[in-house]
Amino acid sequence: MNEGIRIFPDSASTFAPQVDLLFFTLVAFAGALGLFLTGLVIVYAARYRRNAPAARHRARGRSLPFEIAWTSATTIVAAIIFAWGAALFLRDERIPSDALVVNGIAKQWMWKFRHPGGQREINALHVPRGEPVVVRLGSQDVIHSMFVPAFRVKQDVVPGRSTELWFEATKTGKFRLFCAEYCGTEHSKMTGWITVMEPEDYADWLDRQAQAPSMAEEGEALFRALGCSGCHGASSEIRAPELAGIFSRPVATETGTVTADATYIRDSILQPDKHVAAGYRAVMPSFDGLVSEAELQALVAYIRSLSLDEEVPQ
Amino acid sequence: MTDAVTGKAPDTGSYLGEKHGPRAWLLSFDHKRIAWLYLLALTAFFFIGGAMAVMMRLELATAEGDLVSDDTYNRLFSIHGIIMIWFFLVPSIPATLGNFLLPLMIGARDLALPRLNLASWYVFMGGSLFTLFAVLMGGVDTGWTFYTPYSSIYSNSYVSAAAFGVFIVGFSSIMTGINFIVTIHRLRATGLTWFRLPIFVWTMYATALVMVLATPVLAASLILIVAERVLGLGVFDPALGGDPLLFQHLFWFYSHPAVYIMILPGMGVVSEILPCFSRQPLFGYKAVALSSMAIAVFGFLVWGHHMFVSGQSAYAGILFSLFSFLVAVPSAIKVFSWSLTLRRGSIRFPTPMLYALTFLFLFTFGGLAGLFLAALVVDVHLHDTYFVVAHFHYIMVGGMVTAFMGGLHFWWPKITGRMYPEFWGRIAAIATFVGFNFTFFPQYILGYLGMPRRYHSYPEEFSFWHVMSSAGAIILAVSYLMPLVYLGLSLVRGRPAPADPWEATGLEWRTSSPPPQENFDETPTVTGPAYDYINPEPEAQDKGAQHEHGQPERSP
Repeated sequence: MNEGIRIFPDSASTFAPQVDLLFFTLVAFAGALGLFLTGLVIVYAARYRRNAPAARHRARGRSLPFEIAWTSATTIVAAIIFAWGAALFLRDERIPSDALVVNGIAKQWMWKFRHPGGQREINALHVPRGEPVVVRLGSQDVIHSMFVPAFRVKQDVVPGRSTELWFEATKTGKFRLFCAEYCGTEHSKMTGWITVMEPEDYADWLDRQAQAPSMAEEGEALFRALGCSGCHGASSEIRAPELAGIFSRPVATETGTVTADATYIRDSILQPDKHVAAGYRAVMPSFDGLVSEAELQALVAYIRSLSLDEEVPQ
Repeated sequence: MTDAVTGKAPDTGSYLGEKHGPRAWLLSFDHKRIAWLYLLALTAFFFIGGAMAVMMRLELATAEGDLVSDDTYNRLFSIHGIIMIWFFLVPSIPATLGNFLLPLMIGARDLALPRLNLASWYVFMGGSLFTLFAVLMGGVDTGWTFYTPYSSIYSNSYVSAAAFGVFIVGFSSIMTGINFIVTIHRLRATGLTWFRLPIFVWTMYATALVMVLATPVLAASLILIVAERVLGLGVFDPALGGDPLLFQHLFWFYSHPAVYIMILPGMGVVSEILPCFSRQPLFGYKAVALSSMAIAVFGFLVWGHHMFVSGQSAYAGILFSLFSFLVAVPSAIKVFSWSLTLRRGSIRFPTPMLYALTFLFLFTFGGLAGLFLAALVVDVHLHDTYFVVAHFHYIMVGGMVTAFMGGLHFWWPKITGRMYPEFWGRIAAIATFVGFNFTFFPQYILGYLGMPRRYHSYPEEFSFWHVMSSAGAIILAVSYLMPLVYLGLSLVRGRPAPADPWEATGLEWRTSSPPPQENFDETPTVTGPAYDYINPEPEAQDKGAQHEHGQPERSP
């Protein structure tokens, strides 16, 4: 691993070249402006040092054209950089709907990942090259942050909410995973490796792992064990919203329309009164404290699977 | 133009010679003596915080965590941050140079509220010693940012005590802020209109406003942490129904404006030094003055740029990014104006000028790095890496501490009545420049490579840049220890200083060095603008005059 002096990080995702282009444009701009100003000060310092023979008519101490010129130039340059950074940021916000969903749990001081088929990994994550992957993140304790420098991605993992980080790897190989948000004693040990494999190697690798129930199957079992099916089931006596086909679709609620994403499902389990579906009474009890962060992810995976038979909205 | 009042021997009729003994100093309402109380306390905190930085850099000289344990390392960077931010940088220039100079610069006998001034020092000492006590008891390991729910629930260090100490120190900031605002409004000398004020006074005013408006929010957020830790009140911990991001919003609502509390006074000092040693009025005086106010106002609208990857809404991120770019504009105006002040000047390079030029260079490169961090998609990669560490040290250390050292040398003759040794001063200033860049430039590269901050150990591939940074830190440490020695010695051995050793124009130079207890024998009046420097005619100087081909006396 010791490669001596490194100046450039690995570049292994579709984001990396976009971020680097802006980064190096900024390096060029900052370098040029910084060196120009430094050069200017050095030239002045040498030319106008005391006793140096140079023309010095009484300066007026201000020049309105200069001041207007640099104020507007600075504003324009700032606006351009802002727009560039913001446009990329917004574009990268949209997660492709066909992305492979991996669930991740952060806790002091390790990363636990589960593939859709139920395969588990600790401080390591195998992903296929050339396919969008979304990591749905939850924390069991404090705030952590999932950071993969080679992909130029980072997302805080916040207890009490579900966050998502996505990427599409472009190169096979092993890339470092760091926790970027300080989380206590062994923060600097909360690291791991992302292994990018060709899709067929990834499929082989998944097959070779210890077989466990898939995330959706585990979620389905929980769905029954917690009694969710008693009301949300098709033949239930109590009227509760049908869950098949709702994932990623708009849901009408008393207070407006929300999208039934992972966060909405999670919130509806823990705080059912927050967004009651229109036309239903708020009779569902809260499951806060009864389900762990990993179980919530399994339930979300199950409810999502109920929508996968149909076409996923684009 | 130079004042005729010169060269009184120190200690006769000066504020230093009035009364002796601890009581006369510890219970004095004289702003000049209170400035000394602050200076001594802040110097001690600066070197305690600095010693922790040196220990961290020694640990980071090797990739493995081998010098201290991980828990110890976490305490080191937490206490380094807490001490340097709250017990050094926030009060640094305002409470020392500001306290000493503000009344002198506006022709007043003292601050408007002398008792409040002394009280602020006692509050500061009470709070800071309380935190120091918590540190000695076992430390605090939350980082200076106290992020919840780590700080409120999970950390088993002395968080409540440390946060409570910082809470108390906040009141001292507010007291100083109120005092400065009242003083600047009420006690300006006859003829000293707002646009005749030195820029240093403008920056003190802007700083004071931010102190008064932002500090209460910090107080609120720290008290909420203590309430959650001690009383189990659910505010930030989701397990208790709280929201961890709420803390980040509250914390940065104070702490981003606090960044401007920590840099505006440095800008003020540099705005005094550059015109003086260039013999030129400050370029674009009004724009520089008003840009301080613009920074103070815009500073309140950018806190969310610390939270681009925290899970806050993408649209909030975009607004905060936009405002962050806008706050770059007034800073750029200042940099251009300082640079052009040198143009057609007659420039000398004593120690304060070397520090001021170092400030200009480091502040420019630190500020430009800020553009990277304000650009959303780039910040996603750089956030919480060493790039951020490098950026804020360029501003806070390269900017503010350098300006503080420059100001300390510039006004040392006025404050002490003694000259410092010029040779050693220049060596220290140059060593600061070299040591600083060796320490912190490699950290920009480390950050881009993906090295996260607050890591006790790190992968081998980052070694090269870490070793360079640690080596630079040693040079930097020496460059800060040197003034401690020669400035200390100059108190007894220094050549007595004349009233105006730099031929500067501010009111503070119109009284003796050191000033009498009442500041001025005669209340001064002001008839002209600030920085009314006159470029000496090259002919009038010395040899070489016959080679002169300029026409310095062409009428303006």
